[in-house]
This record gives sequence, C-alpha cells and structure tokens, in this order.
Amino acid sequence: MFGKLAWSAIPFGQPIPLITSLVVILVVLGVLGLVTVKGWWTYLWREWVTSVDHKRIGIMYVLLGVVMLIRGFADAIMMRTQQAIAIGGAPGYLEPEHYNQIFSAHGTIMIFFAAMPLVIGFMNFLVPLQLGVRDVAFPTLNSVSFWLTASGALLVNVSLFVGEFARTGWLPYPPLSEVGYSPGVGVDYYLWAVQISGVGTLMTGINFVTTVLKLRCPGMSYLRMPMFTWTAFAASLLIVAVFPILTATLAMLTLDRYVGWHFFTNDAGGNPMMFMNLIWAWGHPEVYILVLPAFGIFSEIFSTFSGKPLFGYRSMVAATLFICIVAMMTWLHHFFTMGAGAAVNTAFGISTSVIAVGTGVKIYNWIFTMYGGRVRLSVPMLWSLGFIFTFIIGGMTGVMLAVPPADFLVHNSMFLVAHFHNVIIGGVVFALFAGLEFWFPKAFGFRLHEGWGRCAFWCAFVGFWVTFAPLYIVGLMGMTRRLQHVVVPDWAPWLYASVVGVAILALGAVAQVIQLVVSIRDREKLRDTTGDPWDGRSLEWATPSPPPFFNFAVMPNVEGEEAYWGIKLRAVETQQLSPEPNYQPIEMPVNSPVGFYTAFFATVFGFAMIWYIWWLAIVALIAAFAGFVVFAWRDVHEFEVPADEVARVDRARRAAREATLAQMAEEGGLP
Amino acid sequence: MAGLQAARRAWTRACRCPAVGIAGVGMAGIGLASCSGGVLDPLGPVGRDDATLLIDATVVMLAIVVPTIMLAFWIAWRYRASNPKAEYLPYWSYSGRIEAVVWSIPVLTIMFIGGLIWIGSYRLDPFKPLPSKAPPLEVQVVSLDWKWLFIYPQQGVATVNRLVVPAGTPVHFSITSASVFNAFFVPRLGSMVYAMPGMVSQVSLEADRPGTTYGQSAHFSGDGFSDMHFQVQSVPASEFAAWVRSAKGGGPVLDRKAYAELARQSQNVKPYSYSAVDAELFGAVAMQQIPPAPGPEPGNPSHAGREVGTGGHD
Repeated sequence: MFGKLAWSAIPFGQPIPLITSLVVILVVLGVLGLVTVKGWWTYLWREWVTSVDHKRIGIMYVLLGVVMLIRGFADAIMMRTQQAIAIGGAPGYLEPEHYNQIFSAHGTIMIFFAAMPLVIGFMNFLVPLQLGVRDVAFPTLNSVSFWLTASGALLVNVSLFVGEFARTGWLPYPPLSEVGYSPGVGVDYYLWAVQISGVGTLMTGINFVTTVLKLRCPGMSYLRMPMFTWTAFAASLLIVAVFPILTATLAMLTLDRYVGWHFFTNDAGGNPMMFMNLIWAWGHPEVYILVLPAFGIFSEIFSTFSGKPLFGYRSMVAATLFICIVAMMTWLHHFFTMGAGAAVNTAFGISTSVIAVGTGVKIYNWIFTMYGGRVRLSVPMLWSLGFIFTFIIGGMTGVMLAVPPADFLVHNSMFLVAHFHNVIIGGVVFALFAGLEFWFPKAFGFRLHEGWGRCAFWCAFVGFWVTFAPLYIVGLMGMTRRLQHVVVPDWAPWLYASVVGVAILALGAVAQVIQLVVSIRDREKLRDTTGDPWDGRSLEWATPSPPPFFNFAVMPNVEGEEAYWGIKLRAVETQQLSPEPNYQPIEMPVNSPVGFYTAFFATVFGFAMIWYIWWLAIVALIAAFAGFVVFAWRDVHEFEVPADEVARVDRARRAAREATLAQMAEEGGLP
Repeated sequence: MAGLQAARRAWTRACRCPAVGIAGVGMAGIGLASCSGGVLDPLGPVGRDDATLLIDATVVMLAIVVPTIMLAFWIAWRYRASNPKAEYLPYWSYSGRIEAVVWSIPVLTIMFIGGLIWIGSYRLDPFKPLPSKAPPLEVQVVSLDWKWLFIYPQQGVATVNRLVVPAGTPVHFSITSASVFNAFFVPRLGSMVYAMPGMVSQVSLEADRPGTTYGQSAHFSGDGFSDMHFQVQSVPASEFAAWVRSAKGGGPVLDRKAYAELARQSQNVKPYSYSAVDAELFGAVAMQQIPPAPGPEPGNPSHAGREVGTGGHD
C-alpha cells in the first residue's frame, strides 16, 4: 500500500534533521495559521497562487530562491564547522551518512533551487517590462513553470524529514548513484526533484525565447533591446539547448535504478563515463545560464549609476553570444584527469580559456562605461564594484584550472571549491543582491534602506574573501573536497579561518534581513512616487512603481537604444510629456489555477515514485494530465480592462511625471 | 623552477610597490601553501613541472588582472558623482580604438595561455612514460570501498593503504577501480588520475628523494571516502629491496578468496601487506572477470542494517 514508506523513514534517532524538520513544520503551520486568522486565503489564491502576471510570478520565484538560499547557507555553515572540528582524529558532530547528504543537498539546492529561481525570477519580472510589452508569450505556462520549480524544492525539503537525501554529491555520478551502491531513497529524491523542476525550467526557456522573438513593442529591434534582456535571451537559448540533455540523462539513471537497465552501471556494458560527459554537457552551460543574466544585471547598473549609455553595446551583445556558443564546447574540463589524452585535453583547455575573452571584454566595457560618467556609489554600485574585483580573481583561477597539467594538481580539491564559489558567489549572488536593491522599488514601490544595504554588502564582500581565500590555500596544500574529517593538522588554521568568514557572511545575511524589516517600517519615507528612483534608462522605469498589472497603458514607441532615457531627454527638451494618448481597452489573460494544480499532483507523483507507491503515482499522473486537458478546453482566456480604467491609472502616472519634470526644470534638469 | 622564482620575485616586488599589492596577497597564499607540503612543494619531476605550469599561468594572468582591477577602482573613484573636477561625457559610449584594445588584451593573453596549455598537455600527459635509464617500477592500483590496494607485480607483493616506492626510480601506475569512481592522488608527486571500473588508466610519477607524504582519493566515493588516504614512503633503493623482502616474509596471501573479502565495504582500514599475490588478479578486476565489488550488504558487519529499504535510517 505504501511502497517502501514506513515509520523508520522518519529520522527519530537523528536530532539535527529531526529538530530542523520540526522547527520548519512549526514555522509553516504558524504561517498558515496566520493566513487563516487574518483571512488572507482568498487574496493569496486570487492575486498570487493563480496569478499569471509575469511580475507576480517573478516575485514568487525570487521569494522561493531567497528561502532556499537560506536553507543552502545553513548547510554551508554545517559543512564548514564540521571540517573545522573534525581534524586529526576528532569525529566532528556529523557522521558521514549525514555530512554526505548535507554537501549533496547544498549543491543541489544552491544551483537548482536558489540560483535558478532567483535568476529566472529577475527574467520574469524584467524582460516583458524592458521589451515594453504586457506579459510573456505564454502566461499560464509561466505559472506552471514556477509551480513545478516550487514542487521540486518542496521534495528536496521533504527529504529532510521523510527518508534521506542523496549522498552522492550534487551531480550523482554513477556507479555510486546506481541502486547497488546507493540503495536508499536519497538519489530518487534527487532525481524526481530535479526532473520535475527541470521540466519547469525548460518551459521557462521556451517561453522567454518566444517572448523575445515575437513580443517586442513597436521600434524595439534586437539591437535596441536592453542588455539584461539580451542576456536573458542568451540564457533562455542555452536552457532550450541543454536542459533536454539533463532530462534525458537523469531519465537514463532513473531507468537504471527503477527497472534495472544498464546505461551507466558497472556491468552488462554500462558506461559511467557517459554520464559524466552528458551531465557536464548540460552542467557547464548551466553555469552560463546563471552568469549571463548576472552580467545583464551589472550592465544595467553600471550604465544607470554612471549616468551614461553602456560602453560598446554591440560589442557586449557579441561577447554574450560568443559566451553562449563557446559555453557548449567546454564540458570536458570537468574531467581532464580522466586520462582522455593530450589532444582532447588541449582542445578543451583552449576552448575553456577562450571563454575568458568574452568575459574579459565585458569587464573592460563596464570599466569604460564608468569612464566620463557621474558614478553614484550607492548600494547596487558597491555590489558591482565588489563583483569586478571578485569575479576577475575567480576568472583567473578558472583559467588556471583550464590548464590541464595544473588541473592535475588541484582538480576536485578545495582550490576548485574556492574557484567555483568565487565565480558563482562573486558573479551570480553579488548580481542578485545588486539587482534586488536596484529593482526592489520597481516591484514594491519603495526603496531599501541604504545604510543597512551597505552593511550587508561589506559583510558579504569581506566574509566571502575570509571564507574562500583560506580554501584556495588548503587546496594548494593538497586538501581534496567533500572530506567529512581530515587527518592533516597543517590544514587546521585555514579551516578555522574559513569558519570566521562564514560567520561574517552570516552577519551579512542578518544585515540583509534587518534592511528589509527597516525598509518596510520606513516605507513611507522611502516611497518612490515617480516610478524612476535611480534615473533609469530602460522601459521598466517608464511605469509607475509598482507597475499596473497591464504594465503599459499604451505600447511605447521606441526610437533608439535606451528607450526610456530617450523619452526623458525629449520631455526635458520640450518641457512637456508627449501628448495624452487615446486610451483603448486592453485584453489581459485571466488567472488560472492550472499551474498550482499540476504542480500539486507532480509533487504527489514524485513522492509516490520515490517511495515505490505505484497506485498513487498512476493516480497523480492521470490527475495532472486531466488538469491540462481541462485547461486546453477552457472557453474564456482573456478579459478586457476598460479604457476608463487604463486612462485612470495612466493619468496618475503622468501627473507624477509632470511634477518631476517641473521640479527638474527648477533645478536645471538633465544634461 | 622559473615559475617558482618568478613567484618569489613578484612577492618581493609586492612589498615595495602597491601596484602589485593584490598579486602579493595571492602570492602570499601560494608561498604559505608551498612551505607546508602541498602541491607547490613537489617531491619529484612530474609534480614540479605541473606546479611550474600552474605558477607560470598565474603570473601571466596577474600581469593583466592586477592593472585591470586597479583601473576599475581608479575610474570609479575618479568619476564619482561628487568629484566636480571629472569631466562628464553623458553621450560617450563608443570608441573603435578602445574596442580594439579591449578585444586584443584578452585575446593575446589567451593565445599565450593557449600555448602553455598545448605544450603542457602533451609534455605532461599522465600516460606518457618518464625518461629514465632505470626501468620503471610497476605498481597496479585498485580502488576499493574504501581503501587502496597496491599490487607490485614484479615483486609479487601487495599493500593496502600504504605505498612504498624507491626514490629516483620512475613508477608506472596502472589504475582501476573495483567498485565506484575514485581518483588516485599524491599531492606532492603530481598528476592525479581517475580510478574507474572496467578501465585501466595510467600515470608515471617519480620521487626524487626519500620522504614520507600523504596520498588520498580525490573523487568522492561514498561513506568511507574520508578515510581513503594512504601513506606514501619514498625510500632509497636498498631500503626498498629490504622492504620487499620483509613483506614477502610474512602476512596473508592475496588470492581470489582473500580479494573477495577485501572487496567488501569497510572503513578506516589500517595499512598492511600481502606476502604473495595472484598474478592475474589486477587484470581480472580491471576486465571485470571478477564481478564488481558489492555495495552495502546487510551481512557486512561494518554496514549492518544500513540503507536497506528504510531510507538510510536504522
């Protein structure tokens, strides 16, 4: 009846997962209770859960990403403290079975359920606004994508309380992940969680490629698109190209585990090396799926906060597409030490270091964007400058690893761990925090507190280097990764130093939370009345903050790069806004519960597959499919916003702009 | 050694000139790491060549990276909004000359690094034998859950979790795995290579001088992974012969039955040696004539009850 599921699946004997789970369950129950008491269910269901508005979905993605970022950071704290305690014979406080789950969960969560939702959240929120359109190409599909991602994240967290998570690393290399060596449910949790969220990600990729190709406002030619949209487009192309590889690879491993096939097994002609090739054929482009939108965020920030157009815009577009293509030709550098031979290693070593040309060009272009500017050193700009320093060093250690004989010394070492945290934290996470600071007023109508933002930045920047510089050094001292305990006493001081760094990073996280609380408290003081708090340059700043659900009352007409800056210049020159347009009714998609419904049954299906509850899996699959059928036969898919309502919202926006214009005229105005 | 010297020079320069201060921080790390028996403190020629290449590539890149970082901070500071002396060029966004330079700097750097990659990959291919008058010592390496088996086919002995090699003689390792992936890695000897089931990979390493160092698996292989480290002893040739004699003198025999017992999962295995070895054993493991080693078994005392149908909780 319940497959492998039994009471023994609950970790009664292990205090850490048990207490964590209970606390999480209590918090969730508390939140649900609060929502019930306050009577917010109807609001949440109508305005958020069933919403197909790209901005709402984007905000939910970011919320999911932040929650999972905290979970992944908790794992990181445990790993760093365990390694600092378990030195020279001491066992530490996490036995291997538990420690191995923690580092596997840390990697899986940080990549699939923290970084990806955050990046996709930004894409969701920004791309339609920057393109001057009202939604993505497939709004309901977008909602399905989000809820499937949330479903995967939920399954990973359920593994904490029911059963176990994979103990194989964040990429479950066979034969270790085959059923003979990992007979528990951990790898199955990994497979179904990643598989379900991966389907969501692939649909996001399709959605955004279509949006950029087919939905742009009048005049928004490709070479007028803002840089963030370009990078989001490149990342979406990569998603469409490589996520099917992930899906197929995990499906093959699933067949090995569930029905005894031999794609990657030791025996019967299975080939584990094929898994490594396939998983990295997805895995390396994945890094660029994360980091290209991060580059886009920095491009927007450098130009906005320098008060200048992006230097070498076309060159930036070229470099983005160059990285996009070369990213798919480098996967073998993840296993130079497999003995593929000098010719293969040479080819992949060179293709890997060639990527540094694209990133190098971008860095110089950002630097020359600041040249001749009026650089405002506020919080997003601090993150961006911190990024330049950190990312250049990370790129440099990356090229060191791309030299095969050098890689023979530091592959799979703490040096490698330090390197990829250097580029992912220094590149992606810094960008996400910069972006949160930058677009928060657009999403919520008020700015974040500047002082606490600075504090969070400095803690993160210093904390990052105090954590990871020692790991570079122990890596050079020969320490390999994923050790539950270490026997070489010389490594101890560096592992202690790294814990200090983690503590500083934790202070940064606290500062970030305080910033949010203080900003909500002082929201009236921090209110953004103009919709354009940073003197922005792209179309999202042409809308009020927060934007109305239809984004633009009238489709903007774009006449050059940096569309909104052009509009502002014209307004300043003529000392007036463009004449009031003739407002028309707008057709908008209706909300739909199909995303939530499908994801609910996808979660049930995944859980049933993990625990071999076959009848439930079949029921859930049929139910999920039925949801699609009902959705496909729907009669009403759009509703009309009356012209009066559009006019009312837009007149309020215009009034705010008139006031700003008058104020600027008094002060001397734009250049 | 050119690279090591360059690193030292960079270090002394860093003390005098703030322009290379950032390089100094990185080099300080490398310097600290190199005096503590890591990959930058090699015991033999392969490790030395690998490390030289690592440092050369770093120095080449630092020559670009440090000025770029300084330029970024200088421009951000020079053109800060509160500096009235800085000229404001709100429309300036293109310069063909700067673009040309901006593309050339990384292209030239990477062409140079590409040369290092090309030459280094061929010269330091792990499968290539080391040049030497003396014939190499053959060692067959089998990674097991969770210990290392070293077979000396020429001497007819074997060890577990302990590798003894004669100083000054190249050692040719043939590496396979009985169960899951591992990587054979002795940081101070150089190049690591994967141990893979059903395949034989190779690496030639050499220790110049006597010494004791640390080796370990560099690829995660399961619950006992952290104890897959082994002691490496490089000894003078005469001592090596004496060690072989003493190993032959006593200890268990590694036949198929003993191997089957050894192949079962066990953790934190203390080093010991076998006085005689089945000569066909390595080939039989590598070609999987002996079936792959078992995973967790209910009957194995070191794994009693674990992972069996309960989701891993006892």
